[in-house]
Amino acid sequence: MKRLQEQARGRDIGDNLIIRTAVRLLVPFIQLFGLYVIVHGHYSPGGGFQGGVILGASFILLALAYDLRTSLRFMSERTNAILGNAGVLIFTGIAVLCALLGGLFLDYSALDRLISLGPIEWRSLGIFLVEVGVGTAVMSIMVSLFWDLGSGGEMDEGL
Amino acid sequence: MKALAFLATLATGIVLLYGTRDFAAWGDAASPASRHVSPVYIERAVKETHVPNLVTAILGDYRGYDTMFETVVIYCAGLAVVCVLRRQKT
Repeated sequence: MKRLQEQARGRDIGDNLIIRTAVRLLVPFIQLFGLYVIVHGHYSPGGGFQGGVILGASFILLALAYDLRTSLRFMSERTNAILGNAGVLIFTGIAVLCALLGGLFLDYSALDRLISLGPIEWRSLGIFLVEVGVGTAVMSIMVSLFWDLGSGGEMDEGL
Repeated sequence: MKALAFLATLATGIVLLYGTRDFAAWGDAASPASRHVSPVYIERAVKETHVPNLVTAILGDYRGYDTMFETVVIYCAGLAVVCVLRRQKT
């Protein structure tokens, strides 16, 4: 028992070849599925929030199976912060752009004046663009919540 | 002070619970929401947005403000955690 506790403290217990190989194989498919959930939100249950959480979970899984530094190698803290801000800015930016183009705030059919696709198609496309923004923001915020809460803000060790 | 806070919470809770008595029954077809809001969405959403998934159409288009500020709330939560916890190693 004492040896197990020591191992857990020294983080030797997580160094498992099976877990690491399985995670390495799974992560690309999880990310692909996350993108699918975001993009396919128009036709099936899903959308930005759900897809963003799945994308974020893939990085959290990397951090759990390897360690926090490995997940930082795939997604640097700076990229993560930029993505989080960009996601919210995509949503609010599209909303403001609609207002600037003469429509109402968040009325995507106003974007028709930019590229002529027809107002109804633009409403569909506007929902998609907004969902992409939501997905990006949710992904990066999930990852940064895990990083900060899991390592106490130090970002070097932890779970 | 604690007792006062507890009483205020209790009073608010009782008022809120009393308010739920006026709610429409679960799945009530005669409730105001089912009589004019839902049918409008069901009839018009696909025609107006070309999105077959009604939930996405309502969340992304008709209730866009709600979704936008939901995203902002999540963003604020992430920002708060980073502001409180993140620190450079000294």
